[in-house]
Amino acid sequence: MISREEVEHVARLARLHFDDEELVRLQPELSGILDYVQQLSELDLSGLEPTSYAVALKNVLRADVPWEGLTNEEAMSNAPDDERGQFAVPRIG
Amino acid sequence: MNADKNTSAKLFEGWEAVIGLEIHVQLNTRTKMFCSCDVTFGEPPNTKVCPICLGHPGVLPVTNEKAVEYATKIALALNCSVAERTIFHRKNYFYPDLPKAYQISQYDLPLGLAGHLDVELDDGSEFRVGITRVHIEEDAGKLVHAGASGRINGADYSLADFNRGGTPLVEIVTEPDIRTPDQARAFLTQLRSLVQCLDVSDVNMEEGSLRCDANVSLRQPGEPLGTKTELKNMNSFRFLQRGLEAEIERQIDCLERGEKVIQSTVHFDPDSGTVSCLRSKEEAHDYRYFPEPDLAPIELDLSYVERVRASLPELPAARKERLVADYGLSAKDAVTLAGNKGLSDYFETLASATGDARISANWVLGELSGYLNAAGLDVSQSVVEAPGLAELIGLVTDGTLSGKMAKEVFEAMVTSGKDAKSIVADKGLGQISDLGELDSIVLQVIEANPGPAEQFRQGNQKVVGFFVGQVMKETKGQANPQMVNDLLKKHLA
Amino acid sequence: MAINVQGLTAHACRDLLASREVSSTELTQAYLDRIDEVDGRIQAYLLVDREGALEAAAAVDAKAPDQRKPWEGVPIALKDVLCTKGLETTCASRILKGYVPPYDATVVAKLRQAGLVFLGKLNMDEFAMGSSTENSAYQVTRNPWDCDRVPGGSSGGSAACVAASEAPWALGTDTGGSIRQPASFCGVTGLKPTYGAVSRYGLIAFASSLDQIGPLTRNTKDAAALLDLIAGRDPLDSTSTGLNEPAGIPTRGDLEGLRFGVVSELTGEACDPGVREVFQSAVDAIESVGGVCEPVSLPSVERGVAAYYLIAPSEASSNLARFDGVRYGHRSKHAEDLYEMYIHTRSEGFGAEVKRRIMIGTYALSAGYYDAYYAQAQRTRTLIIKDFEEVFRRFDYVISPTAPSVAFKIGEKVSDPLAMYLNDLCTIPVSLAALPGISIPAGFSAGMPVGLQIVGPHFSEHGILNAAHAVEQRLALDLVPPLEEVCG
Repeated sequence: MISREEVEHVARLARLHFDDEELVRLQPELSGILDYVQQLSELDLSGLEPTSYAVALKNVLRADVPWEGLTNEEAMSNAPDDERGQFAVPRIG
Repeated sequence: MNADKNTSAKLFEGWEAVIGLEIHVQLNTRTKMFCSCDVTFGEPPNTKVCPICLGHPGVLPVTNEKAVEYATKIALALNCSVAERTIFHRKNYFYPDLPKAYQISQYDLPLGLAGHLDVELDDGSEFRVGITRVHIEEDAGKLVHAGASGRINGADYSLADFNRGGTPLVEIVTEPDIRTPDQARAFLTQLRSLVQCLDVSDVNMEEGSLRCDANVSLRQPGEPLGTKTELKNMNSFRFLQRGLEAEIERQIDCLERGEKVIQSTVHFDPDSGTVSCLRSKEEAHDYRYFPEPDLAPIELDLSYVERVRASLPELPAARKERLVADYGLSAKDAVTLAGNKGLSDYFETLASATGDARISANWVLGELSGYLNAAGLDVSQSVVEAPGLAELIGLVTDGTLSGKMAKEVFEAMVTSGKDAKSIVADKGLGQISDLGELDSIVLQVIEANPGPAEQFRQGNQKVVGFFVGQVMKETKGQANPQMVNDLLKKHLA
Repeated sequence: MAINVQGLTAHACRDLLASREVSSTELTQAYLDRIDEVDGRIQAYLLVDREGALEAAAAVDAKAPDQRKPWEGVPIALKDVLCTKGLETTCASRILKGYVPPYDATVVAKLRQAGLVFLGKLNMDEFAMGSSTENSAYQVTRNPWDCDRVPGGSSGGSAACVAASEAPWALGTDTGGSIRQPASFCGVTGLKPTYGAVSRYGLIAFASSLDQIGPLTRNTKDAAALLDLIAGRDPLDSTSTGLNEPAGIPTRGDLEGLRFGVVSELTGEACDPGVREVFQSAVDAIESVGGVCEPVSLPSVERGVAAYYLIAPSEASSNLARFDGVRYGHRSKHAEDLYEMYIHTRSEGFGAEVKRRIMIGTYALSAGYYDAYYAQAQRTRTLIIKDFEEVFRRFDYVISPTAPSVAFKIGEKVSDPLAMYLNDLCTIPVSLAALPGISIPAGFSAGMPVGLQIVGPHFSEHGILNAAHAVEQRLALDLVPPLEEVCG
């Protein structure tokens, strides 16, 4: 069960916005899903390590050799708003 | 605990300051941490970027092996134990200079743990600062705020440049073992020397390849730790010290008023020298760390670590000991020299050429350093190289030049780029040490000044100075002072 | 000459080109005509690149035959989750509308190098999150066997495209079943390789530790060939290993000496009766060619869906955070300040399912919940991996129906996210264990295709394809949907 306050808090963390109507629908949906996945807490898995990696690789490293990157034009080609070769964003403060 | 041995600690109006530092060192590898873009400085914006460091959809990171090596060097130089297994974590937060909206960093399995750095203070005392951890991460891009002041508050909009984004960083976190702003400055200075000596970074605070934030709290001695604040935006050693002083004062004011110190980020303003709390809209960051699934763990075996350890140059502490032992330098001079690899290399070459460590040290720490500091040069850029300076010193030792003359010759060497002997010849600066020549000049001067000569015979020893001055006037300052003195005493008697 | 592309395999295309009966331009045009003819109804394609395809085909035709590589000139279509340089890539999301990647995904570059002709980009569930392709922000793709039914998801566009012969083969992606389940629903062959066999560079990430690119084809022979074209270790993907041996051409006709474990948890009450019946006939087919089938219990698979719906959304919440309106994609007009820009861009740009999963994932990783949710799910994953390891000591392969039901009606499950998630019951555990799995058509239930899933140990693609080939040959199903009847 997830409370409305928690839903709003998580939305803030995820930079998502829900209006009241959406929140009314979302809260029970999320609660249902979380209640379902909560079943895992019934399992005693204390002897097991979490699987953090899908493949057993280690030391996958790259030589310190430069490559040709993008031109400024290519870099800015998808920019929603740009100025003097830089990405423009609205005021932060 | 460490604080017991911290004999240079002091209290601030009865309060003990507990300071920990968080340092970021930008590595001077050729390429970025997780992509092969060039690491550069001062290029036109967004020209040293690729889909990976721009955080495009679908891209993946690949770890730079050189960055791992450099970070291992730093960890070893700081006496850390290097982790057998170290992994990357994602640190998730939203900011325009962070293209993936997460920074690839390290969390609970960092590269280096539990090290220390012993710091020497001017008064000769020493204290140890514990190093909690050393880890690897990637740098963010640069934001420029467009508005009246160029500051973030009040800006109309901001512009992002990702050239710097993805540059390898090593983060060094200290234990809260520092007790005064002086100590903090000394620590950072010596940390800088250490890292500089490893040749893994430019460690230039003004350029941003060395950054330092501080955590500051106050307590009554013996009491538990107080609430700490995070002090940011100090981009020089002087500002670090001033920032800490200001924050300590601010916290004292707060506590003396009976208020609690609020855990917050504190911003240092270099223009006014004051600190202010940043009011942020959101609560403390929840970074939602989890292991980075796109990168394999790094397992550094013993042979790798030993190879890196063997490749370390002589570190400042060891060099200082050796300079004292082999060259008989004072601890103070040795520390200063050992703090700059280039300078101490210069000194050793010079001392070897002149055969006189003391005079060499005086010149390196005196005239040479003075010139370099005034001109804003690194020793590697010095116009006067060690063999050239050795030649100049030779001219003093063999009596050709007085110490005073030698300084003038040195200045001329700096401005003209010529060697000492040429300058002496050009300007006819050779010190007059010919006994016969000086003898006749001394006699002339004594004859020309019968009054003072009589005073001397009457017992006024100090009048010798007048005669020396007169001889110097005659010889345009080039007379060998010792010989003049001897001749005067002989002839006045 | 008029080419009838219905039922044409990629190998058949290759043979046509090699025999000079047909030029690449003619072949490509034939597929473009087919798309014009049926895609108005099927809606598999988000973008058809007529110009680019014909240009590429013409370039192939200009080459002397002995200058051509084996697959040069054969058309293919790509799920719109793969970055194609210069060609819009949206992940079926509004947040990437107009996004033109400045680079090719590694698999795309490989196919380009091999001379394949790209027909266009295929529809999918938004950011690969879904099991029906109903979560696309742009259009609903229809199942060519019954246009009122879903094609499955998230590679629904890819499966429908191949089933309706709108391309001889296609690339899809699989995170929890997104290649296999639509293959099952649409009566085509779909393979999820071992994690790491194929590079993920340029695959727009959903769940980093689970995503894999794989083939959707008309038969196992084509699947093997396409897998070999895209597999390989990639220096741009630190998690890629490539295959240990090429898949090669499957030739196996019998299954003598092979032991198949029938997963009891996935073949009982969990499945519809119709599906169970078809599955049983597949078991009979396996046994009829010498395979030995025995029931085996994998108890942890029942926890798979729960573990998956914690791990995948958690990784996704982080992977999708980069869609913030700063450097590419949609940016909201409601952008007075940065915070507003973020929340409105993302709220306008993402669909409901994507937002739900971002919320679940953010919650599961957040302070105080990490250990109980994310870490516990990763421990469950370890349990599932161990269970499979145990099973593969006694069996060569493990089999089950690919999905618990046939394709359901459009709109039937959209309002119940959890019901939708349970579609992936049979496929999810395979993904969690990073194992390779194939779905081949096994028969029909009430006129709709049913898939058989064959799973093997890590890097057993060659073996799985051969085993699947033997069953495929034995079943000899007619897999050309009667489009005119069922889609009007």
